[in-house]
Amino acid sequence: MDRKEIEILELLEKNGRMDVHTIARMVELSPEEVERAIQKFEDQQIIHGYSTLIDWTDVLGYEGVTAMIDVKVTPVRGKGFNDVAERIYRFPEVKAVYLMSGAYDLSVSVEGKTMSQVARFVSEKLSTLDTVISTTTHFILKKYKHDGIIFGEDDDNDRRMPVSP
Amino acid sequence: MSSDTSRFIAEHVDSLKPSGIRRFFDLASTMENVISLGVGEPDFVTPWNVIEASYHSLEQGYTAYTANAGLLELRGLIAEYLQSAYAVPYRAEDQVIVTVGASQAIDIALRAILNPGDEVIIVEPCFVAYASAVTLAGGVPVSVGTQAANEFKLQPEELANSITKKTKAIILCNPNNPTGTMMSREELLPIADLIQTHDLLVLSDEIYAELSYDEGYVSFSSLPNMHERTILISGFSKSFAMTGWRLGYAAGPAALIQAMTKIHQYTIMCAPTMAQYGAVEALRSGSASVEQMKKSYRQRRNFVMTAFEEMGLMTNRPGGAFYIFPSIKETGLSSEEFAEALLMEEKVAVVPGNVFGESGEGYIRCSYATSMKQLTEAMKRIKRFVESRLT
Repeated sequence: MDRKEIEILELLEKNGRMDVHTIARMVELSPEEVERAIQKFEDQQIIHGYSTLIDWTDVLGYEGVTAMIDVKVTPVRGKGFNDVAERIYRFPEVKAVYLMSGAYDLSVSVEGKTMSQVARFVSEKLSTLDTVISTTTHFILKKYKHDGIIFGEDDDNDRRMPVSP
Repeated sequence: MSSDTSRFIAEHVDSLKPSGIRRFFDLASTMENVISLGVGEPDFVTPWNVIEASYHSLEQGYTAYTANAGLLELRGLIAEYLQSAYAVPYRAEDQVIVTVGASQAIDIALRAILNPGDEVIIVEPCFVAYASAVTLAGGVPVSVGTQAANEFKLQPEELANSITKKTKAIILCNPNNPTGTMMSREELLPIADLIQTHDLLVLSDEIYAELSYDEGYVSFSSLPNMHERTILISGFSKSFAMTGWRLGYAAGPAALIQAMTKIHQYTIMCAPTMAQYGAVEALRSGSASVEQMKKSYRQRRNFVMTAFEEMGLMTNRPGGAFYIFPSIKETGLSSEEFAEALLMEEKVAVVPGNVFGESGEGYIRCSYATSMKQLTEAMKRIKRFVESRLT
């Protein structure tokens, strides 16, 4: 992949709503070329979708909790961790699953409306899987920074003097 | 007795004109919701690791003076950096001095070399401080203009025409503020020949060297025979987004750096210690953040360049720094009229080109060190303004 293609991906990763014309100007390609590149990334599933980063904390009437769960599992001969990972990531409550090095095997991020809903998922669905040896659940109390974005920070706050040499 | 205390002011200070930027600053400061493209500094905040290192130095109690020329460790890192980035060798012990911004380096370099009446050639349009710094050091500034037709690059014949018996030095800023022009090795070589022939010195302001977008940067000091004729001036302000830290440096022949150190020692003592510790971290592990910022500037440069072309304002392709210098001659307005009307009608602040020297008349300096969101809106407003003037 050439440098300009990578730049297109970086720009979209930072701002999924950036329009094709702006991207085209920034990387010095024509809008058509940029459109073709984006289409190609979508076809190749390099771009998996476009989402919006929302800080739900200040949304009135919204309830929700997120837990990070450390899961220890017994790998299955010939399949490793993939089968059990799939068993887990198919649940819609599960937002992310990573295979980890270190003290446990899978890191599972689960979202629910309430703590008891998440607790029920862990005790009924997750820990009852044959290959799961143990789980440790950590509830997120506050999000300071998510996907590279610092929540609550005003990006437009320019601290510079308006004109300088 | 007169009560007018201004009678105490020295004549050569009294006669200095205040910078033309000042007036625009005052005007823009009184208005709300102005998008400013008039800022000569990065919009990024200093990389966190640099800030953290400076905190740490304070916590550890490193609050005393350093050596006059700066921490030897920092000078060593500067020397290493100049060697690895631009292949110019300097000894940390006696060929590098850490200063309070590149501005102070320019000031003490001029004071160290000028006898009363010595002439210093200044290539315009340029940074507003050069001419006054020469005057304050007892020298005589001599301007050489550059033109858009030559992409604002200094032409050897024009330089030759302005050299006299009294010429001692030339100040070159590459990449240039305000034009963004970057001169290549081939373009600098004939300049170097003239420097050699006429036994001159070069104050090479390379503060924007790290921010060059299309080709590799060539330090004036790396040209044949120029190492002993160059005082290389740079700093941390632009590349590491450290303007407020006031930390720069000069590297050059030992005798000259020692003469500068003498002035520095009697007037400043040393650059701020906590800033020096921040700079140590910047050079040790700051290159990733510089690359990131540089990529962002390049993308914004491309964006504004195309935007100006699309609205019919001629502009050169700026190879470095974070300025673009489009011509506004099509509108029939002078630089000042354009900048003032744009500020009043569309609330976009730019700097009129003439404040950087006569040859800047007919142009405006726009800094693209501003978020894409702001740049997008600013370009929309400028387009609307230009259209209103062209029809």
